[in-house]
Amino acid sequence: MTTTQPEYKWVGTRPVRHDGLDKVTGRARYGADLALPGMLVGVVVRSPHPHANIVSIDTSRAELIDGVKAIVVGADFPVIGHDDSADAGEGVVDYRDLSRNVIARDKVLYEGHPVAAIAATSSTAARMAAEAIEIQYETLPYVLTVDEAMAENAPILHDDLITKGVSTSMGETNIASRELHEGGDLDAGFAQADVVVEREFTTKAVHQGYIEPHAVVADTGEDGRSVVWCSSQGHFLVRTQTAKVLGWEPSQIKVIPAEIGGGFGGKTTIYLEPLAVMLSAKAGRPVKLVMSRDEVFRASGPTSATRIRVKIGADKDGKITAAQAWLAYTAGAFKGSPVGPGCDCILTPYVIENFLIEGYDVVTNTAKVTAYRAPGAPMAAFASETVLDEIADELGIDPIDLRLRNAVKEGARAVYGPKFRRVGFIETLEAIKDHPHYKTPLGPNQGRGIASGFWFNGGLESSATVNINEDGTAVVVTGSPDIGGSRAAMAQMAAEELGIDVYRIRPVVADTESVGFTDVTGGSRVTFATGMAVVEACRKVVGLLSERAAKVWGVDQSEVEWVDGQAQHVLGAHSPLTIEEIADGAADTGGPVTASAAVNARGVGMAFSTQLCDVEVDTETGAVKILRYTTAQDAGRAIHPSYVEGQMQGGVAQGIGWALNEEYIYNNDGVMENPGFLDYRIPVASDLPMIDTVIVEVPNPNHPYGVRGVGEVGIVPPMAAVANAISDATGKRITDLPMSPTRIVKALMDNED
Amino acid sequence: MKYAAPVTVEEAQHLLASDEEAQVFAGATDLIPQIRAGRKQPPLTVDLKRIPRLVNMRVEGNTWVIGAAVSAAQLSSNPDLAVDFPGMTEAAALIGSDQIQSRATLGGNLCNASPAADTVPAMIVNGAVGVIATSEGTRMVPVSDIAIGPGSTCLAPGEFLLELLVERPPLRTADAYLRFIPRTEMDIAVVGAAARVTLAEDGVVESSRIAIGAVAPTVLRVDEAEAALAGRVIDDDLLDEIATAASERGSPITDKRGTADFRRHVVGVLTKRVVAAAAQRAGGSQ
Ligand SMILES: Cc1cc2nc3c(=O)[nH]c(=O)nc-3n(C[C@H](O)[C@H](O)[C@H](O)COP(=O)(O)OP(=O)(O)OC[C@H]3O[C@@H](n4cnc5c(N)ncnc54)[C@H](O)[C@@H]3O)c2cc1C
Repeated sequence: MTTTQPEYKWVGTRPVRHDGLDKVTGRARYGADLALPGMLVGVVVRSPHPHANIVSIDTSRAELIDGVKAIVVGADFPVIGHDDSADAGEGVVDYRDLSRNVIARDKVLYEGHPVAAIAATSSTAARMAAEAIEIQYETLPYVLTVDEAMAENAPILHDDLITKGVSTSMGETNIASRELHEGGDLDAGFAQADVVVEREFTTKAVHQGYIEPHAVVADTGEDGRSVVWCSSQGHFLVRTQTAKVLGWEPSQIKVIPAEIGGGFGGKTTIYLEPLAVMLSAKAGRPVKLVMSRDEVFRASGPTSATRIRVKIGADKDGKITAAQAWLAYTAGAFKGSPVGPGCDCILTPYVIENFLIEGYDVVTNTAKVTAYRAPGAPMAAFASETVLDEIADELGIDPIDLRLRNAVKEGARAVYGPKFRRVGFIETLEAIKDHPHYKTPLGPNQGRGIASGFWFNGGLESSATVNINEDGTAVVVTGSPDIGGSRAAMAQMAAEELGIDVYRIRPVVADTESVGFTDVTGGSRVTFATGMAVVEACRKVVGLLSERAAKVWGVDQSEVEWVDGQAQHVLGAHSPLTIEEIADGAADTGGPVTASAAVNARGVGMAFSTQLCDVEVDTETGAVKILRYTTAQDAGRAIHPSYVEGQMQGGVAQGIGWALNEEYIYNNDGVMENPGFLDYRIPVASDLPMIDTVIVEVPNPNHPYGVRGVGEVGIVPPMAAVANAISDATGKRITDLPMSPTRIVKALMDNED
Repeated sequence: MKYAAPVTVEEAQHLLASDEEAQVFAGATDLIPQIRAGRKQPPLTVDLKRIPRLVNMRVEGNTWVIGAAVSAAQLSSNPDLAVDFPGMTEAAALIGSDQIQSRATLGGNLCNASPAADTVPAMIVNGAVGVIATSEGTRMVPVSDIAIGPGSTCLAPGEFLLELLVERPPLRTADAYLRFIPRTEMDIAVVGAAARVTLAEDGVVESSRIAIGAVAPTVLRVDEAEAALAGRVIDDDLLDEIATAASERGSPITDKRGTADFRRHVVGVLTKRVVAAAAQRAGGSQ
């Protein structure tokens, strides 16, 4: 797939991951695995109502229960203002909202909203105490969807909310902000169109579905400092946010990262940590809190439910003349849905001169949404890529050709502003067009769909330290939790730089006091940004090693070259010195060899994916079988192709679940009905075919090895690819997710009328 | 919560007599999730899997005697049972996953009394009878009469199911079971349908039994479809006729697993498919 590639020894190979053995044998320690002497266990008391005022909380009976050591409620936490907000890496965090999401003060805003937390010597005692806490609620009418929340006279969640970008009058709206992208002349553009398609779509809230529930142990000392163990996508973020909610300085908290059993964006915020720290401070003992799966569903994640309208016009050659989109996303209980990135991504793969994109961030009485793999983009692409498919149909143009005709390339301006540098969108389209899959014949009730997607990828701050051990091996220390095989990628880049075997490198993820500040593992940024810090630190180390050799030889450092893990004299005047020899003699040449580097990474390489899906529809039962799936994605450069493929496949698997079966179902009391994996249906292995991958490599010129992020864009196209395939098989366009059997049967029966 | 593992029927009865709220279990694949969810808190749980009679299966004369605590894995790997009852075997092999099947039992599936239990329609079309241990000895109840509503059975406190009796099928007879789930496994039937068809030598249907699950509080027989099949050769029109009969038979509800309309429609689809499958097997092409 590539133009000329430099020769690498480790980059592009598939070594066994350094953390692999521990993970398959069960020795790796995850969030809930830690136990400390004297440790208490905790329970969180949660609201049974989607919307209610808290009239009173009486903990006196609960405190008397044997074994109960501490109880905290909202009033135990400091009052924090909206002004106290900061960019925490994954967008702006409003610490007032965050603190009230961690524990409610005077109002509960969703079913599952924490109201109190208890630490006790046993979980039985904690549960008994939970039942003994007397909470009086005054229930309020509630809103679950954007339609309900945006309706006239809708119940209002926050009496201080304004619609940012539109109005300043408080307490009259559930719309937190309006996004707008405008360009060209919309009417003129639609006037030039030979075909115009306009459709409306809805999608349901879906959960990231990580296997490991949130878990934390906090041990708060008498010195007012706390040590926190938890699995997260960023322990520095946990430190900052926990400190903010407690009114502490971040340096009062040390966060030790556990292995993480999946996050997909859902672990880029905090839930339990401040509760555990506060309970531990009150009890004077370590406290452990672990969510049940039920709590994970009700009170963490999910991503937004949406309503989206898309109108696209094209001339008879398939050139898009104008496009309009209207997007409304649920934010959950507090502002901050990913409607912004939804608006930024919806039409971005295409050159469009005349456009209007309008988005609304809407608060609802549901759990506050959290980042989920390319937050906001998949639902947007479901809408726009379905409409494009219909345009291709109407014009009789091959859907890949239609996309090729409009695809962005270097120099094009994205609808949300920036100009593209070198990107590989066209290459992904061509990869699918040339793939044998695209030409295989289909049988009865079978259909084929394609769709594409865009994601920005992130840069942000990362630190790394490289230490050379006395035996000539190296430790690569970063602050990036490894959720997708990033340890291996760090070790491979370090191996390439240092010229030593990848297994002579130990990549470790260090706590907040053992490595420099590092932003979250999110935004597909780690191999790119943390990788840059690692490469920079390695280059410093190579400089030091060369300097040591020069010292031993008594020559100028300019006469030393670093080749294959050893110092060589440019003229061959001295026999080479290996890294082992230099490390062994380091005491005599200046002491330990170590270097650190830190970056705020710029020059992110944007990501595109194009996917091809074959389905077979049982027209009597509405069951959809995914027969074959091929995904092509621009990775820039695949440092470890297996983990790139894993990310591509993982995104598709989650996208297929989102397309076919996953959804939050609420009953008439606003209570979630399916908070478990039995009825919240993520795909099981037998639901999916082998997902074929084509790694496209259009290197990012701004990364030493050409890396773009690969973790997220793979989830952007699947819902549209599946919908387009279903339409090809049945002649029915399904515009509401999930495309469950019930919905498909209904659509097919409506056809018969 | 106490746990006891008696090794004789009498010992089990004695334990059950000691506490009105004691609960028996076999694989506990229903019971443990119910306890975890806080729906049940039995003070005493009595494990039936150590009692030899309950974990044994054999043919006596012309009758299969299947211990109530025989695991689904044991059932579905018995080649003789699969020859006699391919449908009942495939129903047992649909439960959950390999892990679940190594624990789950017919007795548990039946006595949990879920309208969606997979093996119950298949047992009913084969005329299975339950042998229940009572304080006086045993009593026999047809499987179709054991579950009387979601979560409740005709068993009195202290009683439990010992074994299931199923007559070996006559000539030119076969059963089949189909269920609909949105995924391919690890799911609860949105609807299920079982059929047993006996063909006459000339290929017409001599007799049939059809049972449908998850469309009413208990599994239902579809008498109208059975009557329609009698004496006729199966063709598309006849299949459509029995599909309609099955759709009209149930009184399904709308819940998180599917709408009433969907269930009504799909139970018809499954019924015609399952009858066709059973007839094909009965005709000799398995
Ligand atoms: C992940 C998972 C997937 C599942 N998938 C399916 C599926 O696909 N299809 C399906 O039908 N079910 C499914 N189930 C439910 C369950 O596995 C079955 O109902 C199983 O057959 C129950 O058998 P058991 O022996 O484990 O029952 P237990 O849990 O041991 O008992 C269930 C109930 O029956 C009673 N009971 C058990 N044995 C007797 C007896 N001998 N006499 C009187 N009462 C008795 C118990 O008191 C209890 O109330 C699933 C469960 C899980 C956890």
